[in-house]
Amino acid sequence: MTRAALLVLADGRFPAGGHAHSGGAEAAVRAGRITDAASLESFCRGRLHTSGVVAACVAAAAALGVDPGQLDRAADARTPSPALRVAARRLGRQLMRAARATWPSPELDALASRFPKGAHQPVVLGLAARAAGLGPLDAAYCSLYEGVSGPATAVVRLLGLDPFDATGVLARLSDDMDRVAQEAVETGERVVTDGVDVLPARSAPLLEIGAEAHAAWAVRLFAS
Amino acid sequence: MHLDHHLESSAAVSADARRPDGTRRALRIGLGGPVGSGKTATVAALCRALREELSLAVVTNDIYTREDAEFLLREAVLPPERISAVETGACPHTAIRDDISANLEAVEDLEDEVGPLDLVLVESGGDNLTATFSRGLVDAQVFVIDVAGGDDIPRKGGPGVATADLLIVNKTDLAPYVGSDLARMAADAKAARGELPVILQSLRSEDGVREVADWVRERIAAWTA
Repeated sequence: MTRAALLVLADGRFPAGGHAHSGGAEAAVRAGRITDAASLESFCRGRLHTSGVVAACVAAAAALGVDPGQLDRAADARTPSPALRVAARRLGRQLMRAARATWPSPELDALASRFPKGAHQPVVLGLAARAAGLGPLDAAYCSLYEGVSGPATAVVRLLGLDPFDATGVLARLSDDMDRVAQEAVETGERVVTDGVDVLPARSAPLLEIGAEAHAAWAVRLFAS
Repeated sequence: MHLDHHLESSAAVSADARRPDGTRRALRIGLGGPVGSGKTATVAALCRALREELSLAVVTNDIYTREDAEFLLREAVLPPERISAVETGACPHTAIRDDISANLEAVEDLEDEVGPLDLVLVESGGDNLTATFSRGLVDAQVFVIDVAGGDDIPRKGGPGVATADLLIVNKTDLAPYVGSDLARMAADAKAARGELPVILQSLRSEDGVREVADWVRERIAAWTA
């Protein structure tokens, strides 16, 4: 097990396209649901315990070697918004490119052949973790951390929020992330034995609705 | 980072000169520079000058709208399927330098969908004087400044002015009106760039993009040689 590889994969500078996405924060800022550090924290906590849990479970299962095709379909079924499905596949494709260049592996090559336009990002993340010599817990942590650090960074740009306050929000979410990461690994292990139907299907309707509205805006800073 | 790794499947990783099917990919030229310096106008003029002789496509990187892509569509410089817009999340330089994945995908999708292509022009969103393209994304880069932005820009230098494969000083027709000294700009650019070429152009004049189009033709000839 390598700890340094986890830092490489989890680094916000890892060139996998995340910088152009706000994780729903741009739509929430426009709707007045994020106005300051406290509301950013509520938004991130909500994301963590809904779509974040699902993504982390998918990533952990992929890292355990569950068939990516089945996981991709399961992720589709748990993502009602077409705009979010498009964003998840686009980010998956970008991560696939970065991961293949960084940790060449036959599994990632096979994934690229099967999904040339991208699989859901958490599926790719789990396989990238495997290629990097990391385990399901690492994959779950990466997924969860991206899921909240993306919105936090975006809100710094969108609202001019103090970057120290935004980083404080991430620190206060650490305990939640620890608990959800453990839960994701346990779920991932159950997927290995019982199949993808045991994946949770939690969702946040406002994230889905906001994503659909956001995708139709003529002027926006972020792709999603 | 580019590793020597055999890729059996679709999708090249980055700068490989060959596409997965073994054919040579299009030459990619990036155009960057400050907001309003004339990047989109130069791209439009290049498309008009070269579209009869080359198979062309354009990727635009708009900062918060699709205006540049829409301008090119409205001007009908190329059929719409040959123009693709990338969204950059408030950081145009990140999308052309630090994290080029979205742009690479746009380029590769254009080659897949409307190819074979000879040339893809990748236009950056308007940025500052430090913006440069990654060599993993483009084979050559053009930096576009204009006389109205201040005639001290070549002297100030910076990575775009000093290192781009071609520096364009645009809107020379405006020089008398904004008090810019073209001779001084040319001399400062020469001092900052050494042997690298500088072209002063005005797209208001007949065939104003000719010199830049000739430079592109030379790059194409070298790429396909």
